[in-house]
Amino acid sequence: MRRPWRLLAEGTALLTALVVAFPLYWMVLSAFKPAGEIASDRPRPWTLSPTLAAFRRVFGQQEFGRYFVNSLVVAGSVVIASALIAFLAATAVTRFRFRFRTTLLIMFLVAQMVPVEALTIPLFFLMRDFGQLNTLGSLILPHIAFSLPFAIWMLRGFVKAVPEALEEAAYLDGASRSRFLWQILFPLVLPGLVATSVFSFISAWNDFLFAKSFLISDTSQSTLPMALLVFYKPDDPDWGGVMAASTVMTVPVLVFFVLVQRRLVSGLGGAVKD
Amino acid sequence: MLGALLVYPVYQLGLISLFRYTQAQVSGGEPAVFRGFGNYADLFADGEFWRVLLATVVFAAACVGSTLAVGCALAVLLTRIRAVPRLALMLAALGAWATPAVTGSTVWLFLFDPDFGPVNRVFGLGDHSWTYGRYSAFLLVLLEVVWCSFPFVMVTVYAGIRAVPAEVLEAAALDGASHWRIWRSVLAPMLRPILTVVTIQSVIWDFKVFTQIYVMTNGGGIAGQNLVLNVYAYQQAFASSRYGLGSAIGVVMLLLLLAVTLVYLRLLRRQGEEL
Repeated sequence: MRRPWRLLAEGTALLTALVVAFPLYWMVLSAFKPAGEIASDRPRPWTLSPTLAAFRRVFGQQEFGRYFVNSLVVAGSVVIASALIAFLAATAVTRFRFRFRTTLLIMFLVAQMVPVEALTIPLFFLMRDFGQLNTLGSLILPHIAFSLPFAIWMLRGFVKAVPEALEEAAYLDGASRSRFLWQILFPLVLPGLVATSVFSFISAWNDFLFAKSFLISDTSQSTLPMALLVFYKPDDPDWGGVMAASTVMTVPVLVFFVLVQRRLVSGLGGAVKD
Repeated sequence: MLGALLVYPVYQLGLISLFRYTQAQVSGGEPAVFRGFGNYADLFADGEFWRVLLATVVFAAACVGSTLAVGCALAVLLTRIRAVPRLALMLAALGAWATPAVTGSTVWLFLFDPDFGPVNRVFGLGDHSWTYGRYSAFLLVLLEVVWCSFPFVMVTVYAGIRAVPAEVLEAAALDGASHWRIWRSVLAPMLRPILTVVTIQSVIWDFKVFTQIYVMTNGGGIAGQNLVLNVYAYQQAFASSRYGLGSAIGVVMLLLLLAVTLVYLRLLRRQGEEL
């Protein structure tokens, strides 16, 4: 491409990056601003006197640390369980021919269309009947179920990409089925597993609806999104507190993303290649 | 387990939608009364339902269109630039992607806050309230939804373009094809499976938008002006304790999404693509 055009394209890219990153910058900035500057009607894009007061308010509020741990437990269990199950299920639907295989695949797609919010109603009754209301289990189980169809659907492409000849070679060399599964196939589809884990992690970490509906009375089981809204009252929001809580809630996801970033890009590319 | 936690609730959803199911039935005070399709009749006779349905379809279509346009344009842009600006854009996008929906919603609300937000200052809008008017509130939510969902499209399409062998593009360029022509006749067909995946996913996600609307318009806006089906169902069920009616809305949503996706898959199959 000619030089001026490339510079223009790069300028556009940088500008877009700035616009896209601005809300996050503003969030972190506002979390450190003293209350007086937040409530000023001339907001400035910097602060000269950063303070941790808003964070102190957040962590002093009820048991924010505990909500944080609760959220970690939920998201962690969902990621591990759904990665394992999705790996086995994806292998099953790609490597074996059986009756209803196509039906099953279509069902995985259909399952993603089910509006989770609508299912809150029957799930609420289900959890009540099993006595699971107000427990973290009531969040973990539905999240595993709802992240699985997408995870299986994406992983299928990765398993398919591993040549069947490799499998035959492994058996000829005397490898057992489980040895092939865990020592050969597993490392090969790991990038795909990472990409799908990102999705299940985010959906579990962000969940607002299940937490709002299933954890009614026991606030010690509450998760971060619920705790965040404590600061957000429509009439008189404590913006400093909201922004500090938002920062605390966003940082773990960002860390997770940065850790898996490279695998994610190659993973998404592979998933859809088939 | 899939069966227990997906199929069973869907079955229950359909079942509850056929009953009069309110607070009295939940606490076991009264038996549930079978109403057949009474809930659906109520729903279809209600003008508000049609208004919400229209709003949902238009809003979701706008979200999907904008997200795909922005995502694809930026993906093409990414392939044309050097490593440093590419990394900057990629990191910014990953940041937006990683932001939880609840946080994203509150941050965007704050940015557009009439009293303390920077946006109104920069554009000199005074204390114009974005969430007061119906369309400006929808616009605000749309911006947030596009912001947090274009990265998925961008990263996926970018990865797809990188997977197209360079020789193919060189050959096309040697044959004298223009940029537009290369995109339309070479890249687009090769990327079709990817575009299909991101389109279906976007439709599914944007049609079911919940958290953004719920948080940003405080549960559906003034007098429910910003309700979409999902929030509407939730409000009917959990706020008004009309679980039967809420379930009926859920069933309608499910059927709509199913229809859209089936039509899409049928079109694909006609073009000779395999699922």
